[in-house]
Amino acid sequence: MAAVPMEHGLLLAAILFALGLIGVLVRRNVILVLLSIEIMLNSSGLAFIVAGSRWVQPDGQIMFIFILTMAAAEVSVGLALVLRFYHHFKTLDTDRANTMRG
Amino acid sequence: MQEFLWLIPTLPFAGFLTLALIGARLSRLSVMLIGVGSVALSAFVSVLVGVSFIAAPPHGYAYRETLWTWLQVSNFRPEIAFYLDALSLVMVLVVTFVGFLIHLYSTEFMSGEEGYSRFFAYMNLFMGSMLTLVLADNLLLLYLGWEGVGLCSYLLIGFWYREPANGSAAMKAFIITRIGDTAMAIGLIVLFNNLGTMQIQEVMLRASQQWPVGSSLAMVAAALLLGGAVGKSAQLPLQTWLPDAMAGPTPVSALIHAATMVTAGVYLIARTHVLFTLAPLVQSAVAVIGAVTLLLAAFSALTQRDIKRVLAYSTISQIGYMFLALGVGAWSAAIFHFMVHAFFKALLFLGAGAVILSLHDEHDMFNMGGLRSRLPLTFWTFLIGSASLSALPLVTAGYYSKDLILWQAWASRTGSPLLWAAGLAGALLTSLYTFRMVFLTFFGEAKTMDAQRHGNRMSVPLVILAFLSIAGGFVELPVSPGNQWVFTEFMGTALPAAAIIPTEAATQHALQLIASVTSLAGIFLAYIFFHRNSGSTKLPVRSPVGYAVHCFLSSGWGFDRMYDKLIVQPYVYLARLNKADVTDLIYRGIALLSKIIHQGLSIMQNGRLRWYALTIGIGAVAVLGLVVLL
Repeated sequence: MAAVPMEHGLLLAAILFALGLIGVLVRRNVILVLLSIEIMLNSSGLAFIVAGSRWVQPDGQIMFIFILTMAAAEVSVGLALVLRFYHHFKTLDTDRANTMRG
Repeated sequence: MQEFLWLIPTLPFAGFLTLALIGARLSRLSVMLIGVGSVALSAFVSVLVGVSFIAAPPHGYAYRETLWTWLQVSNFRPEIAFYLDALSLVMVLVVTFVGFLIHLYSTEFMSGEEGYSRFFAYMNLFMGSMLTLVLADNLLLLYLGWEGVGLCSYLLIGFWYREPANGSAAMKAFIITRIGDTAMAIGLIVLFNNLGTMQIQEVMLRASQQWPVGSSLAMVAAALLLGGAVGKSAQLPLQTWLPDAMAGPTPVSALIHAATMVTAGVYLIARTHVLFTLAPLVQSAVAVIGAVTLLLAAFSALTQRDIKRVLAYSTISQIGYMFLALGVGAWSAAIFHFMVHAFFKALLFLGAGAVILSLHDEHDMFNMGGLRSRLPLTFWTFLIGSASLSALPLVTAGYYSKDLILWQAWASRTGSPLLWAAGLAGALLTSLYTFRMVFLTFFGEAKTMDAQRHGNRMSVPLVILAFLSIAGGFVELPVSPGNQWVFTEFMGTALPAAAIIPTEAATQHALQLIASVTSLAGIFLAYIFFHRNSGSTKLPVRSPVGYAVHCFLSSGWGFDRMYDKLIVQPYVYLARLNKADVTDLIYRGIALLSKIIHQGLSIMQNGRLRWYALTIGIGAVAVLGLVVLL
């Protein structure tokens, strides 16, 4: 099996990360913001996998499992917060929740 | 008994603390008992200490009592210590005894006033500070007492603080004496820097060992101390505060601004006489300042209408005599005159207070008159005080002390006939203005209807002080009559005798005779001008020139106006120019900058999640970029 070159893997990870970041910055719906964060997490996970296969080490995959676990925890907390958020503001728009402005 | 020395200043301080803390809740009787009792006990202890000092003199005629070390910074180690020798003993006895009589008098004089306990608290604080001043063993403790009496002077001049004029008189006294005090503080630092100690006797010893006569350091130190003395004792050019200080209650004027505090400068110079001997130029300056002041103040006293201002100028003038004596090296004569002056001037002030009180706060002598028969006791005691002030020959104490000063101003090695002549002219003016006051107040027609008599607590001090104003002089009698030198001999244990050029007894008699005639002539002139011809139109005052001179003298030789023009107004002008302070621009700029930054930062705090995420992202990129690039 011809190995995918590392540069390609990293480039994909960077593109995904940038997409996720742009999503966090431009999306106003809080669920889609969470989704974008998920994309960013997975892009960094991908970078670990690529690095692991480049140096033929298991560390990259172990890190990815950690990231998955953390992402699951984060989503559960995040969704709970989203529920509270919707209860409180009757909307999912983050810009409407700026009651703590300076 | 001498080990009880520490009690003398401590008792009034204890009285002050008690009155200051719980005085407002005490009845008038207990305030009186505490206020007067503490000073009475202090006077009692000083008599005991004095008797034992004279009966069994300690080694070297000086007793030192160290209580504790005040503070210690390497070799700077002032102690709370008291020093008793002939000089401080006389000061302590006079201060406590006269102070006690004035306290007793005040209990009745102030009885109608609110702030009764406040008054006695301040008075007790004053007594404690004054006694600390005269008993201090080192210059720093002396300075503490020195500032303490200044503070009490301020508080008591402004005692009736609801009147704005009293407040400004108090400030004036405080600020003008502060000029002298600053000079004195610098003088103390000069002494410590060069001699390495603050302890007075040690300072004097080292100064005489290390500095030759006329050395510049001795001159500087003596001149700076003289500055302090001039401020405190209201001598030229810092004399302007004392006449205004009469805004305080009359017992305060008697105690602080006549008998005790204002003579602190005389005490300071006598205490540090070694320094002044090392600086002959400064010592001559003392004599000249004294001579000029006594003349200027006597002229001003001649033109006052307010009875208390006459006495204030007279005080300045009499302290001028003491400075004259100090300046010609007649140390013990100066202290002798201090003692006698304390008696008769306290008496005169208390008498004036009695008159003012019985006429319902009337100060103007031209509205008095004819009080001789209505207030007989006040009249007779006041007359005795006046006779003593104008040095009525042979019978009064003032004669002996003033005669001694005049004689030593003539005969001392540093004296001169010119100084003597100034003193003599002052003596003539003194008896003139004194009896002008007596004639205007007690003789002539009565101008007011009622004059209340006063009670025993005011009469007893008057009688005792009148007795002392006569008897106080007999401890020191010149060649005729008596040739008794008890006081000088006692003082000789602490102060060197004046260096007298030996003269024949005939000269001495002649000078004595001239002084006596001068005093009597002054009284006679006063009788002519102010009693027999008081209504005459030929008096010099009635002419336009005479009136202008009168106004000039009555305003104290225009010193106030001169200081106002030369110092106060330019200062106020500069202050107004610099109202928007230049140096403040820097600090205002800093404040403005932080305000701008604050506004910028608070715009960023907009509550938008996406904005925060963006800044986090930018921050992360910036940090990573830095890591990669560097």
